[in-house]
Amino acid sequence: MYGKKVKLRFIFLVLILASVILTVFLILQSLKENVVYFQSPSEIKSLEELNKKKIRVGGMVKERSVFINSNEINFIITDFKNEINVIYSGAVPNLFAEGKGVVAEGFLKDKNYFSATKILAKHDENYKPPEVKEAIGDK
Amino acid sequence: MFKYFEPNKIFPLTSKAIKYVLFLFIIVLTVGLTEALILSPEDYKQGDAARIMYVHVPAAWISLGVFSSLALLSVGSFLFKNKNFSLIAKSLAPSGFVFSIIALVTGSIWGKPTWGTWWAWDARITSMLILVIFYGMYLLAWRVYENNEKAIKVTSMIAIIGAVNIPIIKFSVDWWNTLHQPASINILSTNTAIHSSMLIPLSIMTAAFALFSLLIFLMKYNTELIKVKNKGLNRL
Repeated sequence: MYGKKVKLRFIFLVLILASVILTVFLILQSLKENVVYFQSPSEIKSLEELNKKKIRVGGMVKERSVFINSNEINFIITDFKNEINVIYSGAVPNLFAEGKGVVAEGFLKDKNYFSATKILAKHDENYKPPEVKEAIGDK
Repeated sequence: MFKYFEPNKIFPLTSKAIKYVLFLFIIVLTVGLTEALILSPEDYKQGDAARIMYVHVPAAWISLGVFSSLALLSVGSFLFKNKNFSLIAKSLAPSGFVFSIIALVTGSIWGKPTWGTWWAWDARITSMLILVIFYGMYLLAWRVYENNEKAIKVTSMIAIIGAVNIPIIKFSVDWWNTLHQPASINILSTNTAIHSSMLIPLSIMTAAFALFSLLIFLMKYNTELIKVKNKGLNRL
């Protein structure tokens, strides 16, 4: 149906795309740990050894785990399998709340204890007006 | 396919279409902005900050859609040596470029009050930045290569290779842990995470932005047609 040249160009395109996709895939595979923005408490637990580098831990702020005293804030990040204690001094974003997503940036003291230098609130995908939220509860 | 497309026949149509599209765009934008800024409710958690979604999300969608079209048109142009496909792609690119930048900037403005940071090197944001860079390369390549044949080849390759990034942007929030939240709207399922009172303004704003893209496209495309005519060619 099409000429020989069109076929050749088609094969050329397919080869180029295949090589680009393969390259990108391999790069992303090898950079896996750097592509993820944060690690979950379970991933922290399974670490072989602690390194001194700055890392990010993310998950949910455990209900009734937030304690604020003078200029420090303590809370627990959970992924509902494992937990990690976080200590932080400074201002938290407006959306930081119990039962909501959070990403803490800082250093691991040990596998259960994290000293944060920065707190980010992770928003979820839900958008609804306040009346609807009241009507159907928190879920 | 459109091998003997004649600019003389298309030009009157596209130049006439501009004013209708402009008219429609103004109406849809007015309705969309009224819905988005006044009539729609505030978000239960974010308050009024959520309203930036009505600009951010449509801008991101359209920038992805336009780049996908660039890639498809480039495949057509490359395989069939059809110059009209290249002209259409060339005229579509500027609005996509602008919308990709708008998506990044509005995301940043939204990120500061909600996340607590202007910028994060997470997979979604970084891949979106790569899209902006690809748009930049695409548009620059048209200017760098004065030889039209060469410009068509180089820009097609940029668009086709850049298209690999499109699924990465789309699925980045599912494949990796990102600060950016996962998609609220899934075309394959009926349950969306956005309440209908917010989904309506979002749809209208998307239509408004799409019309704006179409408007800019028609203007650019007309210019390209005039250039072709001035070269004394009756067909491409």
